[in-house]
Amino acid sequence: MSAVSKHYSGAEKAHAHHQEEEHDPREFLMYDPKPRGEMNDMVMESMMTTSWKFWAVIAVLVVLVASCFVYAWGYMIANGLGTAGVMRPSYWGVFLVNTVFWIGISHAGTFISAILRVFKAEFRRPFTRAAELMTTFGLIQAGASIFMHMGRVWLAYWMFPIPNERMLWPNFHSPLMWDLLAITTYVLGSTMYLFLPLIPDLAMARDRSTGWRKSFFKVLALGFRGTEGEWRHLQTAMNYFAFAIIPVMFSVHTIVSWDFAMAMRPGWSSSVFGPYFVLGALHSGMGAVAVVLVIMRATMKHMDYFIRKEHFDALGKLMLIVSFAYAYFFFNDYIVQWYGGDRATDNLLHWLEEGKMSWMFYQLILFNIIIPWLTLWSKKIRTTPWLLAIIGILINVGMYWERYLIVPVMLAVNRMPFTWRLYQPRIEIFLTVGTFALFLLFYMIASRLIPLIPVWEVQEGQMVHTLRKVGKTHVPTVSEFE
Amino acid sequence: MTTIDLNRIGAKGAIAEEAEGKWGMVIDRDVCTGCQACVAACAMENNIAYVGEEDAGYGRTMHWIRIERFWEGEYPEVKSTHQPMLCQQCGHAPCEPVCPVFATPHSMSEQINLQVYNRCIGTRYCANNCPYQVRSFNWRDYQDNRLRPEITILSNQFNPDVTVRRRGVMEKCSFCIQRIHKAEDKAKSEGREVEDGEFTTACAQACPANAITFGRLDNPESLVSQLAQNERGYKHLDELNTLPRVTYLKEG
Repeated sequence: MSAVSKHYSGAEKAHAHHQEEEHDPREFLMYDPKPRGEMNDMVMESMMTTSWKFWAVIAVLVVLVASCFVYAWGYMIANGLGTAGVMRPSYWGVFLVNTVFWIGISHAGTFISAILRVFKAEFRRPFTRAAELMTTFGLIQAGASIFMHMGRVWLAYWMFPIPNERMLWPNFHSPLMWDLLAITTYVLGSTMYLFLPLIPDLAMARDRSTGWRKSFFKVLALGFRGTEGEWRHLQTAMNYFAFAIIPVMFSVHTIVSWDFAMAMRPGWSSSVFGPYFVLGALHSGMGAVAVVLVIMRATMKHMDYFIRKEHFDALGKLMLIVSFAYAYFFFNDYIVQWYGGDRATDNLLHWLEEGKMSWMFYQLILFNIIIPWLTLWSKKIRTTPWLLAIIGILINVGMYWERYLIVPVMLAVNRMPFTWRLYQPRIEIFLTVGTFALFLLFYMIASRLIPLIPVWEVQEGQMVHTLRKVGKTHVPTVSEFE
Repeated sequence: MTTIDLNRIGAKGAIAEEAEGKWGMVIDRDVCTGCQACVAACAMENNIAYVGEEDAGYGRTMHWIRIERFWEGEYPEVKSTHQPMLCQQCGHAPCEPVCPVFATPHSMSEQINLQVYNRCIGTRYCANNCPYQVRSFNWRDYQDNRLRPEITILSNQFNPDVTVRRRGVMEKCSFCIQRIHKAEDKAKSEGREVEDGEFTTACAQACPANAITFGRLDNPESLVSQLAQNERGYKHLDELNTLPRVTYLKEG
């Protein structure tokens, strides 16, 4: 314990009066509470603090979004998909890779927030909001990427069941229709689930701000005053949503996997794709959460009080477990396809191992399985934020390659050898940069507009944490709140 | 019907059509020389876009029929074989159930795969699910002579019976459905059935070696039915159970 506590320099500096409790296990659960007003002020201050660096990054991102997202997409709509690199046989390219990637990123928010809330994992408290924001913003990018890939995007509304005199209905047999329904459900559900735990913090911000911010928070806080009845209603609603959003989360990526699993392509037609995609989504999502938390902690004021190495430690363990599960599904998928002995699939697997894109295949194994396994077992690495961020980035690179292999590369090697051809992304590269820039821009704007730390949850956690003496040591426990 | 024959259950859960009433094709690979006359004739008949050198080099040619050329053996014992590949007009078409907007339905009267160009929104899922890779996508406005002055002359010879497709839609071989309709209308006005050999598709008409035969598979007397029974006959990717309507005759 003591060896670990030494790393808590940030927290210790902030709480000199707790120095005598240096070896106290209570610190692991943030049991060094400050007065509530002070904590609220800390959160508000981190929201209000903008340096020139912040505005410089915002300016860069705005330029990137304007050029790589708005202009590039407009250019593509005006000139047709010919400006993209997709062709026969790789009819789907980076756009669909991005869609699957962003949906994967969006899974972490719900997972951390809902599942860890349901299972009462206490370490989740300070960063549920940051993770939930990733869900909503990631889904926006996923949706945009889907629309980008459509040939006639201005007719996308034909996928909605609009009553019309010709009885032209959408085809509910198509996995793409199920995609639309699942992603729409997920966007609506996760946004509401983001909003509910936000209400008390918005009320807190309303009470502590002036000017246009006050009006802004006043509208968003829906008149929340913090009465007993309001809290009870909020808790009930959050409980319902936490349980309801979990099956939605699992269903979304399962359904995305059906786009591939239900098609008759070598490499795609795999019955393990449902859980495999969900695990892959969690894998990339956890990595992304780690990266975002490290950046937040490094750039925002007072964040080292809320986000501590103990949280990185817990997150690192979670990443390691997800990596184990991912490895199981990866090899399951591979071995079953290999054992199947279909000639076209054999060709494809052989090409993945020895073909032009084999570097992607091996990097995928290295980044998603080998590196997490080699590093995350060590507590020292788990609790070093920059190392965890690098591992998170590598996992995301590996997961991006996984999707890249599944979409355009598996399309390139099909049952008609005459058409085999590898795909070259063109305008997709700009649009990918655009989606990343838009995601970061949303995130940076949100970090200054809404409290990124769910401060009431932290305070609630500090209230319910207790210590129990077992033998000679103190063991932190959590008392039931309800 | 008491028992359900799984071979006849389509992907939509509907009963796949019976053998009768369908148009079919037989392609004799033994006599095909790979001369590409069928490709040119198909492009003329069906207003297929000329995509230009750059896009063609990148793999975006839009032909509804293509000649696949394969080399067999080591030099100097090299033999080339040709395989014309076009939409196989599957009975259980994998492209049909995956379209989210029903842009590629199955025609009940002609029993071939249709593509409804003005319903297509361009998700390209049908093309990904086609094991024969015979669907082509309009990547650009290839037929707009305001954008592409080099096709101004070509656009003067469009076939008025066939739609000119714009960008963003999928298209594919239709077994020259405009010719089928014309022949059916004529036969109907004369109060008879369409006779064997009364008309044929553009590719079959243009083939100098008569390697392509088109006709009614449901009529056992028709030439195409006779040829389909040939012992050299095989269906492409038969193991996928897509029930293709095109029979190939392997090299003898």
